[in-house]
Amino acid sequence: MTDMPQIALRNVTHAYKTDDGPLPVLRDLNIDIPEGEFCAVVGPSGCGKSTLTRLIAGLMRADEGDVILHGEMVKGPKNTVGMAFQNPVLLEWRTIMDNVLLPLEIVPTKLTKAQQRERAMSLLELVGLRGFEDKRPSELSGGMRQRASLCRAIVHKPEVLILDEPFGALDAFTREDLWQTMHNLRAEEPFTALLITHDLRESIFLADEVVVLSGRPATAQYKLKVTFEGERKLDDLYTQKATDMLSILRHQIEIAQGRVPNDNSGGEAA
Amino acid sequence: MSRRQFNQILVPTIAVVVFLLLWELLVWANGWPNYVMASPSDLWPAYVRFSGLFVEASWETLWRTVAGLGLAIIFGTLIGMIMGFSRTMRDALYPLLVGFNAIPKATVVPIMALLFVGQHDFNTVMLAFMISFFPIAVSVSIGLSTLEPEYRDILRSLGASKLTIFWKIALPKTLPEFFGALKVAVTLAFIGTNLMEIVSPHGRGLGALFDSGKTNSDYPLMFAVLIVLAALGILLFYVVVFLERIFAGWAERRET
Repeated sequence: MTDMPQIALRNVTHAYKTDDGPLPVLRDLNIDIPEGEFCAVVGPSGCGKSTLTRLIAGLMRADEGDVILHGEMVKGPKNTVGMAFQNPVLLEWRTIMDNVLLPLEIVPTKLTKAQQRERAMSLLELVGLRGFEDKRPSELSGGMRQRASLCRAIVHKPEVLILDEPFGALDAFTREDLWQTMHNLRAEEPFTALLITHDLRESIFLADEVVVLSGRPATAQYKLKVTFEGERKLDDLYTQKATDMLSILRHQIEIAQGRVPNDNSGGEAA
Repeated sequence: MSRRQFNQILVPTIAVVVFLLLWELLVWANGWPNYVMASPSDLWPAYVRFSGLFVEASWETLWRTVAGLGLAIIFGTLIGMIMGFSRTMRDALYPLLVGFNAIPKATVVPIMALLFVGQHDFNTVMLAFMISFFPIAVSVSIGLSTLEPEYRDILRSLGASKLTIFWKIALPKTLPEFFGALKVAVTLAFIGTNLMEIVSPHGRGLGALFDSGKTNSDYPLMFAVLIVLAALGILLFYVVVFLERIFAGWAERRET
């Protein structure tokens, strides 16, 4: 263990090349996520949140600045990372079990085939998919597919989990169910997580810290430490404390959208 | 055998019998002689008389069609992969392929026959190949180029190589489109083989048998050949359907 945060972005600047010249998406972005912490990133649409995930996953290189994972500069994809997207992207020709096992076919593992299945089975059990391991993705509901996709993202015990709006396409009740599932997974499997989301309630329910990105080109406009006591329950979202945090975030989003002037000064502002 | 499977065999059989009866009736009602149109009852004697020739010719036609189709699968998949992975190559190859496909293959027959004089087997296989690779190339290229980036990213983020991504994701995901194209290609390959067999001098196979029926004014023989061609076409088509069910059966949604 080092003092270095598990995920660190240092003055990251990035622009897309388009026919009309460069389109800046990130500007001097700084984010630190200590080991084991859960960080949520919120911001207006199209502010470069997905770009951020691709940079950390090593699928893209930043124009400027450093992206650091477990103390090392990210130069390309690393198998210590797990990813889940809004689209569960399960392979339709495989059973749920074989979908979950997919990363273990790529990442070197010491587990025998039987141990791999056992591990996948215990994860499926944890997310409530026991009994569905031999079904095909097309036989499952959207929420169940997303659960399977989460199992696949962590089956190889990644140190870092990157979640790009994984619950965005689900209905409100399924989403709340999956939030709970996420907490259960975190209790069983330690990982450092970065969650991209549009849902402020989701961000404070799941994360230890919420980062608000400004409009494009995005920079860290505001950082909020989430402080709930003890184990988190959905009821916590209906307390005064939650309402206060949500109203701060709401206000920051409006600043990011350019609808109200920026009045951040000192305090928790980044 | 379940009721459903039973129906799957019985219903098409009845349809064929009804078709043959209507055909017989049409010829009988019009009082057409053999040289206008043969009736199904005339065909049987032709099969008995030329049974040896039919077996030999069917085999010639069948293996050359399958060989041509095999080449079309290999070459078509390769071209499709090149076009699917590279935008530049797609832009470069597309007009060429479309142009090539637009040429009526009957015009290619004399060119091939002159180019490779006497190589009847080779020419026939080549024509079957040329006429059938186009749909395969196009479907594979579309299947690969429309792969959603997230599918690639789940493996790429784990450090998988391009080849691994192709084997584990791109290829299986393209299979339903591939088999759709193969169903078209199998019939086309069959047409290609017969075209060469009929048009080229000293041909062999069912096409040549048809041609000799024409030369000898043996009209029942000509119709008998057509029926065998149809039967072989059906056979090859259902072989593809069978393979599709094994390799891409997952794409068929179960009824709910």
